[in-house]
Amino acid sequence: MADLDKTASLDRDLQPLTNPQLPAIGPVLAAVVAWGAAGLVALLLGWNIAGWLVLGWVAFIVVLPAWSSAVEGKRSAIDRLVTSLVWSTFVIAMLPLIAVSWTVIERGAPAFSVEFFTSDQSGVIGVGGGILHAVIGTLVITLIATLISVPVGIMAAVYLVEYGKGNRMSRILTFLVDVMTGIPSIVAGLFALALFTLLLGPLPRLAIGGSIALSVLMIPIVVRSTEEMLKLVSNELREGAYALGVPKWRTITKVVIPTALGGIVTGATLAVARVAGETAPLLLIAGTLRSVNWNPFEGGMATLPVLIFSEATKGGAKPEYVAAQLERAWGAALVLIIIVMGLNLLARVVGAYFSPKTGR
Amino acid sequence: MAKSIDVSDLNIYYGNFLAVEGVNMTIKARQVTAFIGPSGCGKSTVLRTLNRMHEVIPGARVEGKVVVDGQSLYDPTVDPVAVRRQIGMVFQRPNPFPTMSIYDNVLAGNKLNAKRMKRAEADDIVESSLKGANLWNEVKDRLDRPGMGLSGGQQQRLCIARAIAVRPQVLLMDEPCSALDPISTAAIEDLIHELKSEYTIVIVTHNMQQAARVSDETGFFNLKATGEPGHLVEFNPTKKMFSNPDNEATEAYISGRFG
Amino acid sequence: MSTSTEAEPQEQAAERTPRRRGDAVFSGAALGAGVLIMLALAGVAIFLVVESVPALSASGDQAYGADNIVVYIWPLLYGTILAAIIALLIATPLAVGVALVISHYAPRKIARFLGYVIDLLAAVPSVVYGLWGRETLQGWVFPIYQWLHDNLGFLPFFKGPVTTGRTILTAGLVLAVMVLPIITALCREVFAQTPVMHQEAALALGATRWEMIRMAVFPYSRSGVVSSVMLGLGRALGETMAVALVLSASGVITINLISSQNPSTIAANIALNYANASGTKANVLIAGGLVLFVVTFAVNFLGRWLATRGQVKE
Repeated sequence: MADLDKTASLDRDLQPLTNPQLPAIGPVLAAVVAWGAAGLVALLLGWNIAGWLVLGWVAFIVVLPAWSSAVEGKRSAIDRLVTSLVWSTFVIAMLPLIAVSWTVIERGAPAFSVEFFTSDQSGVIGVGGGILHAVIGTLVITLIATLISVPVGIMAAVYLVEYGKGNRMSRILTFLVDVMTGIPSIVAGLFALALFTLLLGPLPRLAIGGSIALSVLMIPIVVRSTEEMLKLVSNELREGAYALGVPKWRTITKVVIPTALGGIVTGATLAVARVAGETAPLLLIAGTLRSVNWNPFEGGMATLPVLIFSEATKGGAKPEYVAAQLERAWGAALVLIIIVMGLNLLARVVGAYFSPKTGR
Repeated sequence: MAKSIDVSDLNIYYGNFLAVEGVNMTIKARQVTAFIGPSGCGKSTVLRTLNRMHEVIPGARVEGKVVVDGQSLYDPTVDPVAVRRQIGMVFQRPNPFPTMSIYDNVLAGNKLNAKRMKRAEADDIVESSLKGANLWNEVKDRLDRPGMGLSGGQQQRLCIARAIAVRPQVLLMDEPCSALDPISTAAIEDLIHELKSEYTIVIVTHNMQQAARVSDETGFFNLKATGEPGHLVEFNPTKKMFSNPDNEATEAYISGRFG
Repeated sequence: MSTSTEAEPQEQAAERTPRRRGDAVFSGAALGAGVLIMLALAGVAIFLVVESVPALSASGDQAYGADNIVVYIWPLLYGTILAAIIALLIATPLAVGVALVISHYAPRKIARFLGYVIDLLAAVPSVVYGLWGRETLQGWVFPIYQWLHDNLGFLPFFKGPVTTGRTILTAGLVLAVMVLPIITALCREVFAQTPVMHQEAALALGATRWEMIRMAVFPYSRSGVVSSVMLGLGRALGETMAVALVLSASGVITINLISSQNPSTIAANIALNYANASGTKANVLIAGGLVLFVVTFAVNFLGRWLATRGQVKE
């Protein structure tokens, strides 16, 4: 359409505005045709459902743009092709989430029983016992890590936003927090391992070490999210408080932080969810104790992620032992996912309930 | 021929909110039509419905008819992309593509059609469009430089060149001078005078002197009351509008008694 | 009212005036938190370096049978980078597509929800992905690997022999799932920040949605996308459990992606060997951790540098 006609510009007619178009249900029709044809082929060749879906997708990606190209022209065809591809990426991205959730529920739910939640693994060989020790370990270690990280993280963010304001110290701190965000979790574990090796001798096993390693991972997340939230608090609010003669520290604790509280709580909750599933550092320092231990300062603790790892990898003398260990691993995975997703949901609810409208 | 536009019973919604109600008017071919009125009364909204640009805002929809040369813009078979090709638009803030040179900016619309253009043909379009936008003499030695390097007024004329390079029928201008200094504004106003021999031009402006200077016909928009939808109060030749308007509200606005 | 000189909003004025005790304590606590973070990071670096030093002279049995520390770590570093690159090759196009769905294709109300769903993908703990990859995914990809070997076996990547699904390619796939939400979240942010006026300019010229994205969105967000990929790379390099669970590793250097002979990664190697690491062996593992730390630091630094450079250009 719209050829470039420079010479007769004064006598141009309006080009038709009605490009020939596919009907609104065109894509649906193309989909039906594509997957229908693919279904026939799959039946004839005896393919499984996955093969049928993939073949149908390929057919769809070809059929719709080809049809569009014939009717609407090349530009619309490319647009439709890209639209199909872009939405396909989303569907593909969803597959692992669905597959993981499904598998964890399918294989984890059979492990659930009263014994599973009320007993530990002390004295158990292969079949039987529960994961109580690991649930307690995860709760204790994560709780201590939270108690360390949240105050430190919030205060550091307060320093960056309220006191530092771009001075040298705050620029260095911002940079270091960036570095910390990128620390691989296993390196945090090595740090705790190296620290307590110096203090206690080789191969230390100490639950508090796990909390310290998790704190290294958690603090930068808390700092980042709190910083974002504090920056959203408008300066007029601060100046309004100053103008009433309120000292700075009370302005921060009574005005700034309460205003940003929703976001801060959301960020902290997400950080807890993030580290509750961490495995590598706990594997190195907290170890794989088989019984309940409530004392973080003495001996190691089992945790859910480490339990999953060790039960899945340790092998056994008899096939039924291996099967029981695997079932235990999946059961623990389901418990862990429920905890982590619960925390995420909580964070969303808190965020939606409190947080100031951020525009988008 | 440049085309006239008939608007009848146009209602514009954002979601469930009725923004503009019951607009009827005929925009004449090869004339400059100005939309004036207080902020928030829907002038720009109406302008954007004339080339279906309002659809870019989520939730926006219209009722009623906009007919260009016998073709209804809101017919279900109409392709908005085809509409926008033939009804060009210039925005409030100059918006040349930051990563493109002056040369590529002018050709941005033409390149979409992706027919292989010969270099000479492309050069011709660039030259004639830039001349049409009164920018050729200022930039002819630096066509390969980024468009963002120009002054605000030059950038806006570059955007006009870009819009006319695809040879549209109608040019819509949404407060094209509000971000410019007086000298650049004068240059754009001169340009509008020249362009109306070839294009139907609709311009939204906050500046009543500007409407009086550049336009042949003027539409005055106003809110019925606070919170009510905007509507077209009066549509008349500019001379009549500024000397002897039909409507009291128009006179009050023009003489500066409100708005 | 007039006694409270801190009431002045200007920082300088407030700092020159005598401070209240509450202010001093509170700002001291804030500063203390900052210093603590610095000390923690310095601690990480110092402990890693100090504990790595003995590894420099390790050889033979103490270096897990390698002649020296470099010979030992090099194949692991290769495996780390190979797995991360596979992950990025898969995840990057997907992440850009998903980010576009959320920023430009889906209706706004749905887009918000879709964003949450993608964030859930990031919430699944890595050990669960690892377990899934080890137990489930490897069974699904095994026939595909056989097909690749049968039909594309002439390529060095697919030489085989295919005896297990637990290969470096599967590890890369699992890593791709894990970095996908990270890259998506950053790309989505960048795409959403494209100025509306440039998008409208393209649309007003009669561009289709895809043409608009190519004209106005991509040129604007190029450096942001690259930096998000770098940050995803940083995450993929350091991931431990997924690889440790999925991979059946033997410490070779190969570009054969689907055989049972796979290079291991630094992080997975530490997780699998720490338990019987006594004496210098522990130092060797920590030295590996130090190398990993330096590499991820460099990658993350590059990513952030690109991100800030992109912002300045705007």
